[in-house]
Amino acid sequence: MSVADIFSDEVVTHTRVRDVELPYGAGTMALITLDNGFDHTKPSTFGPGGLTELNAALDAIAARDDLAAVGVTGKPFIFAVGADLNGVPLITGREQALEIARLGHDVFRRLGELTVPSFAFVNGAAMGGGVEVALHCAYRTISSGVPAVALPECFLGLVPGWGGTYLLPRLIGAEKALQVIIDNPLNQNKMLRGPQAHDLGIADAMFEPADFLEESLRWAARVLTGEVTVERAPVDTGAAWDEAIAQARWRVEGKLHGAAPAPLRALDLVAAAKDRTRDEGFAAENEALADLIMSDELRSGLYAFDLVQKRARRPAGAPDKALARPVTKVGVVGAGLMASQLGLLFARRLGVPVVLTDLDQERLDKGVAYVHAEVDKLLGKGRVSPDEAARLKGLVTGSLTKDAFADADFVIEAVFEEMGVKQQVFAEVEAVVSPECLLATNTSSLSVSEMAAKLRHPERVVGFHFFNPVAVLPLLEIVRGEHTDDATLATAFATGKALKKSCVLVKDAPAFVVNRVLLRMLAEIVQTVEEGTPIDVAERAAAPLGLPMPPFVLMGLVGPAIALHVNETLHEAFPDRFPLSGKLAKLVAAGKPGVYRPDFTLDPEAVEIFAGGTSPSTEEQVLTRALDALAQEIRIMLDEGVVAAPQDIDLCMILGAGWPFHLGGVTPYLDRTGVAERVTGSRFLDRGVASLP
Amino acid sequence: MPRIARDVVFVDGVRTPFGKAGPKGLYAETRADDLVVRVIRELRRRNPALPAERIDEVAIAATTQIGDQGLTIGRSAAVLAGLPKSVPGYAIDRMCAGAMTAVTTVAGGIAFGAYDVAIAGGVEHMGRHPMGEGVDPNPRFLAEKLVDGSALIMGMTAENLHDRYPQITKERADAYAVRSQQKVAEAYEAGRFQQDLVPMAIRSAEKGYGLATRDEPPRPGTTMENLAALKTPFRPHGHVTAGNAAGLNDGATGCIVAAEEVAAELGLTARMRLVDYSFAGVEPEVMGVGPVPATEKLLARNSLTMDDIGLIEINEAFAVQVLAFLDHFKIAEDDPRVNPWGGAIAIGHPLASSGVRLMTQLARHFEEHPDVRYGLTTMCVGMGMGGTVLWEAVR
Repeated sequence: MSVADIFSDEVVTHTRVRDVELPYGAGTMALITLDNGFDHTKPSTFGPGGLTELNAALDAIAARDDLAAVGVTGKPFIFAVGADLNGVPLITGREQALEIARLGHDVFRRLGELTVPSFAFVNGAAMGGGVEVALHCAYRTISSGVPAVALPECFLGLVPGWGGTYLLPRLIGAEKALQVIIDNPLNQNKMLRGPQAHDLGIADAMFEPADFLEESLRWAARVLTGEVTVERAPVDTGAAWDEAIAQARWRVEGKLHGAAPAPLRALDLVAAAKDRTRDEGFAAENEALADLIMSDELRSGLYAFDLVQKRARRPAGAPDKALARPVTKVGVVGAGLMASQLGLLFARRLGVPVVLTDLDQERLDKGVAYVHAEVDKLLGKGRVSPDEAARLKGLVTGSLTKDAFADADFVIEAVFEEMGVKQQVFAEVEAVVSPECLLATNTSSLSVSEMAAKLRHPERVVGFHFFNPVAVLPLLEIVRGEHTDDATLATAFATGKALKKSCVLVKDAPAFVVNRVLLRMLAEIVQTVEEGTPIDVAERAAAPLGLPMPPFVLMGLVGPAIALHVNETLHEAFPDRFPLSGKLAKLVAAGKPGVYRPDFTLDPEAVEIFAGGTSPSTEEQVLTRALDALAQEIRIMLDEGVVAAPQDIDLCMILGAGWPFHLGGVTPYLDRTGVAERVTGSRFLDRGVASLP
Repeated sequence: MPRIARDVVFVDGVRTPFGKAGPKGLYAETRADDLVVRVIRELRRRNPALPAERIDEVAIAATTQIGDQGLTIGRSAAVLAGLPKSVPGYAIDRMCAGAMTAVTTVAGGIAFGAYDVAIAGGVEHMGRHPMGEGVDPNPRFLAEKLVDGSALIMGMTAENLHDRYPQITKERADAYAVRSQQKVAEAYEAGRFQQDLVPMAIRSAEKGYGLATRDEPPRPGTTMENLAALKTPFRPHGHVTAGNAAGLNDGATGCIVAAEEVAAELGLTARMRLVDYSFAGVEPEVMGVGPVPATEKLLARNSLTMDDIGLIEINEAFAVQVLAFLDHFKIAEDDPRVNPWGGAIAIGHPLASSGVRLMTQLARHFEEHPDVRYGLTTMCVGMGMGGTVLWEAVR
């Protein structure tokens, strides 16, 4: 299959060229506009078709002798956002991958090798290959209104290999370049705004968006007439370069333990860029791109990206959104930390009154005061205006009685995790509210159906499971109970969307998705420790996965008591797979916040609690057992219909637990390592979905 | 305590290049408000001595105040241009004399003491907003014969003017138009207009981004023969053609107007002083004659005669209307005082914007004619009006 066939569905970014008479008699500029013909909601990307068109335009430009300069800009709000990745999953051979890599270089580099100076006018979002187009130009201006500049390749499993790893460090120095190429992508794919990109030296001049292009053209004219001299900070190609590489390598190793190849490959390219010629640098980038395109990690990364971009926005199994009822007032039962966080979130995102209730005036006051203090923090950071802050504070109030819920449309409980308590709370709420008022529970493990069972209107109960901290983690597990009707579910999805959460529909099964998967792995690893594996060995065992944190650190974050509680719930349901850990119970009884002391050294008392086992495992054995357990549990969850598909498990793990793209969440990794097939008899996903075909 | 009126000066004026209205014009895919924004920002850039927060008003005229020319365009353009939110703005309309009225109105406020500095200008995107878009004339106009049916069609009012002044023949009108084209071409050659044009980015979905740096309407090399061949769309065998009238155009203008003492305080250059202004009404069927009574009133009030006037910028909506004015004041058709760089027949006439173009050019003429004390900007206005502003050189 030819590369053109692979990208047969390419939305081609066209190269529009128009002559512009520059001011100050600076001559004629051929101004290129990159435009895929759609509005800003479909940003321009580069596939083979678009690259070929750009190449043809550069042929025509190169053939002219009447030009003083060449300029490149984008359609409104978008400069260009990089390679068209839609065809990549269809690439079957390294030769094809290499061809794509070479094509990008061959076309883009011409911008820097014309006989006249080239200017990039970065008018809008610029990512990946878009940034590289700009880097190939001799000069760059940027709009102060640009919301996103990034080289996100390492986030997906690639390197910025159309010149990025060679040109950027040579422009702004290795240290700053690595921040853009490595650190930002590994830090939740952080984006730079226009002024930050300018400060880093990525752009030579910055202009306001109102007349960005006109002023950029004026500036370009002044550069051409010599009136403006472009000054750039000198790049240190000595020890500072190597030092920056060493520092970044240490950060990457600390974060990923070699689990993802792309950032290390990028590091190597930047390291070598110091001494390479353009030809050598670009050739090395081509090889790196070809290798990575043919890596399972990238295929998993693209799969994960697609889940987060698409599946997260159109949740599988969500009912018709027309069924959703409006939510104009929210009640929160409880005034503890979780309840207060929920109160703030609802007030901020829905902009409706939120009433917290508690039986204790002191706790209530504390809960409301917490919300007000958080609002003040937002105000202090300039995240909300004084008027908005006043509005938010006014929206969140406290009440000792649930009568205040009478006109609420949505009541969520965040009280103690005990079935009896929750049932009673719902019964009390039901006595006050309308028959349609949605009752949501933030339970992390209890049965939603059971909670609803004794109500007059059990169809209005739904699970609404947030992840801590609720303001940060994007996942919301929406749990359909046995009685939950479509209108309730639709309202829950609409509310979750308004809260800016990614919602996944989950069956009412013990601990739902994220906690069940995490706990299964944790339980298995704790089990090996109880058998005699040292804690530090167990901690290192999962390092090759590149998870956000080792298992016992995670336990400390969640809190041993909560881990124990969820484990008990799961044990009740599945005693074989979730053995009760007596030692975890002891740890809780001892009041320990985890196995670590505040300085992150192991707490000898905790170590003592877990001591006594006689058959220690190696790191490899621990990892194998953990992965086997994951595969088994996920298969069972799919068989039980906890979620619609493996994709939903992966989405949950990515968004709710921060599991990495290079694992594709988790099922692509279990597939590609053969664990799924060995443990459960088959793969979770077909070949090619999240792996090499 | 008696109030003392303050002197008002014109500090600086700029405009976008004018484009031809329509799907092939320069600004076919450019918004009207963006044209205004660009003008405001250029005025600020050219006058760094003016602190933005000292701008007390932004008055922007548009004839059709809907869509991108709606939303109180003076205010919305001020916000879009990045002026401080504390700077107010409004929209103003007197059809073709919109920008002129924006200037006289803020000038009145400055003289009164309500403002120190204001931005005034106008915009008309006749491509996006064709003449008469959305109008709903009251049926009484015709039922009670308040106006003739031709009064709302500007070309017909021009034909009516030929009826009233039979000595203004089509040949005279065409000859005037040819001269206007020649004068514009010469002024372009000499770089006159360019100094007050602000290049405007233009985007076309088909062609990508470009830059408008010159007026699109001029037709250098226009001859009597070319013009004789044109149709007379408003009347069979009539007089008025696309060649001896201004076209349908897109563009925006703006200027800084200030109290003379404040301009001095801020270090702004006063280019000319606004002495007085006058608007007058005439029969709507012959709206083109409007500048005559407006100017008569103004000269009389200031005890001046046309002999005292050294420079005249008269808007060329139609050649016949300019000739009617010149005949009335017994000024020769080729008098060098009149439109030294040509006029709207060649450059274009984006309705509500044109008033400030006249002023910007007059300010330049004063620089080139140090002996001249008084100058006029004058124009005819739809629905039967004329407006004239008397300016004095500031030396």
